[in-house]
Formats: sequence, structure tokens, C-alpha cells
Amino acid sequence: MPVISVQNLKKTYVVGDIQVHALRGVSVDVEPGEFVCVTGPSGSGKSTFMHILGCLDRPTAGQYILDGQDVSKMSRDELAKVRNHRIGFVFQGFNLLSRTSAIENVELPLLYSRDHIKASERHKRARSSLEIVGLLERSHHHPNQLSGGQQQRVAIARALINNPSILLADEPTGNLDSRTSIEVMDVFQRLNVERGITILLITHEHDIAEYGTRTIAFRDGHIVRDAANEHRRMAKDELAALPPPEVNGSTDTHSVGLKRKSAPKAAAAGPAGS
Amino acid sequence: MMRLLMILRVALKALNRNKMRTALTMLGMIIGVAAVIAMVALGKGAQSSIEAQIKSAGTNIINVMSGNFMAMGVRQGSGASNTLTVEDAMAIRQMIPSAQYVAPGVNTRNQVIAGNQNWQTRIEGTDVEFPLIRSWAVKYGAFFSTQDVTSATKVVVMGSVVATNLFGEDVDPTGQIVRIKNQPFKVIGVMTSKGSGTGFDDQDDKVYVPYTTAQKKLMGIQHIQNITVSAASANEVKSTADAITELLRTRHKIMPGDSDDFMVRTLEEMAAMRTETTKTMTALLAGIAGVSLLVGGIGIMNIMLVSVTERTREIGLRMAIGARGSDVLMQFLVEAVVLSLFGGGIGIALGFAISWGVTEFLTWPTTISTDAVALAFGFSAMIGIFFGFYPATKAAKLDPIEALRFE
Repeated sequence: MPVISVQNLKKTYVVGDIQVHALRGVSVDVEPGEFVCVTGPSGSGKSTFMHILGCLDRPTAGQYILDGQDVSKMSRDELAKVRNHRIGFVFQGFNLLSRTSAIENVELPLLYSRDHIKASERHKRARSSLEIVGLLERSHHHPNQLSGGQQQRVAIARALINNPSILLADEPTGNLDSRTSIEVMDVFQRLNVERGITILLITHEHDIAEYGTRTIAFRDGHIVRDAANEHRRMAKDELAALPPPEVNGSTDTHSVGLKRKSAPKAAAAGPAGS
Repeated sequence: MMRLLMILRVALKALNRNKMRTALTMLGMIIGVAAVIAMVALGKGAQSSIEAQIKSAGTNIINVMSGNFMAMGVRQGSGASNTLTVEDAMAIRQMIPSAQYVAPGVNTRNQVIAGNQNWQTRIEGTDVEFPLIRSWAVKYGAFFSTQDVTSATKVVVMGSVVATNLFGEDVDPTGQIVRIKNQPFKVIGVMTSKGSGTGFDDQDDKVYVPYTTAQKKLMGIQHIQNITVSAASANEVKSTADAITELLRTRHKIMPGDSDDFMVRTLEEMAAMRTETTKTMTALLAGIAGVSLLVGGIGIMNIMLVSVTERTREIGLRMAIGARGSDVLMQFLVEAVVLSLFGGGIGIALGFAISWGVTEFLTWPTTISTDAVALAFGFSAMIGIFFGFYPATKAAKLDPIEALRFE
């Protein structure tokens, strides 16, 4: 049974008198354990598609079945619950709360859980989440004390905390340099391979799309290509092949300090608008 | 319960992130609440001091004042009639047994000159029974005698404030000569200090002369302006006052149905009147202070609106990871309420401090009423909810995608 099943999905915005057709009938099935990369130029509808898959938005027409449940007609509060329990989000701009430690950022979704979770339990889960992304030793750092790559890994840890069935990432490497991008992609690949988490990732960079198992290309609200990746790039191997890191996200060298300067700026930038 | 505690922690954190702004926003509430409490404390203080003052003057006292009268259909103000006479006072003394002491009186204002010092004060012409009515003792010398009254001697007994101003503090001026209206008066006594706190009608800032002297030598009148009577006991005050009214109506030949040309007031009535006045004053002051409380509330709303706009992306993120509209609503509402309650709490402390300071340094009596404290605190909580609600709803209604994209 597919984890995501979308049939003839349409989304139309009305801006003034003009109707904007962001999605013109999209049908996709995603099986558990897939790593789907969604590409396409600005205005192709890929972001709208992700928003609907992420239950942040509702389709104008069509059906969306997540984990066997029709979510296309749910109320605002029901959608909030789905977002909390079944979906993990990773954004281009990280969207971490400033002046709040990494571990508290990771715990955040648990505060909105419908069943009460004890503080000690929240802490335990946040720690294990941070451990998965390799940032346990930085759990009490604030976002402005972390590099861009580290901030994105905190955001991934936050997305993982409720053990979601799918992880949605919107241009997660958009604000990162090449090496850090590979590091973040390595985290995604490990989650996908080792834990079998289904991942949907938006990117406009073709080389990033090659880390997935399948690529869906959007243009003008339609899917123009949907194919398995023949040559999947493996971030782990590439990292091993690279020369020793000039900037290593997980060790404190003086160059980390240089990176930090750009990190808050990146955090302040908006999420992908395409 | 745990949930509320959690929301509270989130709110405290958010407020802590912008300390300066939080402090300034609270300041509005602090000033408002402190003003309400201090103003009410001042008002209540004045009220209770008036009550105490009147009690100390003696509750048995009845004042008869010459009243309003009609001159060609035009009503003159109180004290304008000159129908009250010394004979009226004598009649009260003879005919009404429960009228224990009776003192006819006149008064005027004039300059009192002693050597190179002078002092503008009220000159009370009264009778020998005056100190008995007020149960008031002399500090130096003696009060004037019946002899002085019958022969209209130019003698004067001073209130302590006047004596201090003309002769200096703790100086016995008896035997000295002062000049009033260019006539020499011999100082024969100084009254003890009554310490009239509020300064409305300072008993110590007066000089007392025989009423006959005042009538003939200072004012050139035949009639008297008031009669002070003390009833034999507190429960005879009412009946004595009624008897005086009855007697004077007969003596002044006032037909039934016509209005009196005099006024009879018991001190209790006067106390009630003054209390009423201070109550109105208190309400007025509290009202003005209440306006500043309202302004404080608007300040909270303003800051919460700014905060919602500023944190739009944060709201979007919280929604994206599962916060419902109601969660966001609660978060902002609790923030507003925390702001107003903290402000209210500090305001109460400040109100106490101001009241204490006023009593300590200005020696104005203040009474902090628990009602005002409870009211101010409750009111600040309500202001938080009321003025926080609009911004909070605004935040809760945000569309998660729009909010996430907000620059």
C-alpha cells in the first residue's frame, strides 16, 4: 500500500480577477521507503504540491490519501494533528526558534502533541533525535552558535521527533555550501536507508536530485517526468572521497567561526518561494 | 493544567526574549494600577481623617447658622440673613434643658498685628462656654470670662498657629498687645493645638474674642451669625436639634409651610456631608487613574499586535509542526495576560510605596483598601484578556503557508 496516494490533484488560486492554476491534475503514488526528489522551475507547482502533501494546504479538487486516510477534506485542527504526528518538515531557512537551545527546538512538536508527554520523556526523545543527526554534544547550543549545516540537522532532528511516516524537505540545501549540502544529504540518505523513512525532497539543483531513488519533474502544474534514478549518488561515499574538511560541521575549528557569521543571515532568509 | 503550565513557560520565554519592550509595556500597566491604588488610598485616608476629626470635635455639637432669606423673591446665600440674635441664644439656653452649653458667635477675617509681625486670620467672636463645648483646654493664660463678654473687653485668645506666627514657637505671649483693625487687644491666652490635619477649617489658625467685642468694636453689627450648642448627651442630639428648630421658628414668627431663615446642623450631619464630598473626590481620582489603566491596556494590545506581525514566521512554523489555531491563540493570550498581571502586581507594590511615601513625607493620611487592590488586580487581568484577544485571534487565524513565507 502506498504511503502517499494522490489522484488528479488540482489547486487553483484566485488572485483578484485572475485564476492561477498551480496544479492541473497530478496523480502520484509513493511507496514506503522511497526517496523522491521533486524538481522543476519556479512556478511549476512543486511547492504547492509539497504544501498539500504536508497538509499545510488543501486541494481545490482531487484526492490525497496519506497512510490510507483521506486527508483532502479534513478540518484545520485535524490537519494540524496530521502535521504533528505523521509528517516531518524541513525548510530551506531552517526555521529554528532563535535564542532557544537545539534540544528545546527539537522538543517543540511534542508540546503540540494531543496526548500529554512528560518533560523527562520529551527530553529523552529529543536527545535520541539529536543523536541520529549526530548533534547530541551540541544540544544546548543556540541556533546562532551553530553552523548552517548544523542548524539544518537540528531541524531534521525536530522533524524526526514524532516518528513521522514521511519527511518533507523544501529546498533543504538551498542555503548551504556544496560540502555541507552533501553532509545534509548524507543524513537524509541514512534516515532513508537505515530507518526506511519515506522522504520527499524539493530541489531545483539536479545534482541534489540524484541522491534520491526517484525524480518527479514539474512544469506548469503538470508532472512532466517521473522516473527512478538509474545512478543514485551516495553522499557517504562522496564524503569519504573528499579531501579532509576545510569546514567541518561537527568539529570546532576556527573556520567554523567564519561560517557562523553567515549562519544567522541564512536563518533569517525566507523558505523557498518557488 | 500541565498544558497551561507549558503555555505559561512558552509565554515567559517569549517575553524574556525582548526584555526592554516587555518592561516598557508593563510600565503602562504599572503606572495605571499604582495610580488607582494610590488615589483611592489618598481619598480613603482623607475620608477617615475627616471622620476622626469630627469625632474628636465632639459629636454632641449642634450648629445653628443664620440661613438664607428671600429679599424681593431673590434668595440670598446662607449667612445672609441677620435674624439670628443674642436673645435667640439666651432663649435656647433657658427653654431647652438638654442644651447643655450655648455660645452665640460671629466671625470675620482681619489682619492681626504684633510688633513687626502680622497674620491674616479668622476672628471668632464667641462666648465663655466655647471651650466647654469643644472640650478644648488653654495652653497659656486663660479663656475670657463672663465679665469680658458683658463689658466687651478688648481681649484675645489665640489659636496655636496664630501665636506661633506672631510670637514664635513655644513662646508665652500672654500680656502682650496685638492690634486688630487698628485697636489694641490684650492677649490673655493661647489654646492647645488641635492639630487639624486636613486644613479645611483649621481650628488652630483662628483667634477668639468675646462676641460682644467682635460685634461692637470690629464688625459694627447687632445680630449674631451662629449659635453653637452642645447637647447633654449623644442620644439627645437629635431631639435637641428639633427643639431648637421649633423654638426659633416660633421666635422668628415663621408660618407653618414657610422655610426656615436659619439652619440647624448636627456635626454628624456635617460629617456625613463631608464624607460624601470626599467619596466623590475619591471616585473622580480613581476614574482618572482608571483612564491611565486603560491606556496601559491599549499599550499591551499595541505591542501584542507588533509581536504577532514580527513573529509571523514563528507562528507559521509552530503551525507546520502541529500547533492548532487554539494553541497559538492561547499562547498569545497568555502572553498578554502575563504582561498585564505582572504589570498589575508591580503596580500594586508601587501603589503601596506611593501611599506610604505620601503619608511619610507629606503627612497626608492614606488608607489602602483591599477592595481597590483586588479591583486593580482583577481589572488588569481582564485588560490582558480583553486587549490580548484581538492580536491573539489574528495570530490564530493566520494561514500556515502565508505565515511561513512572511518576510
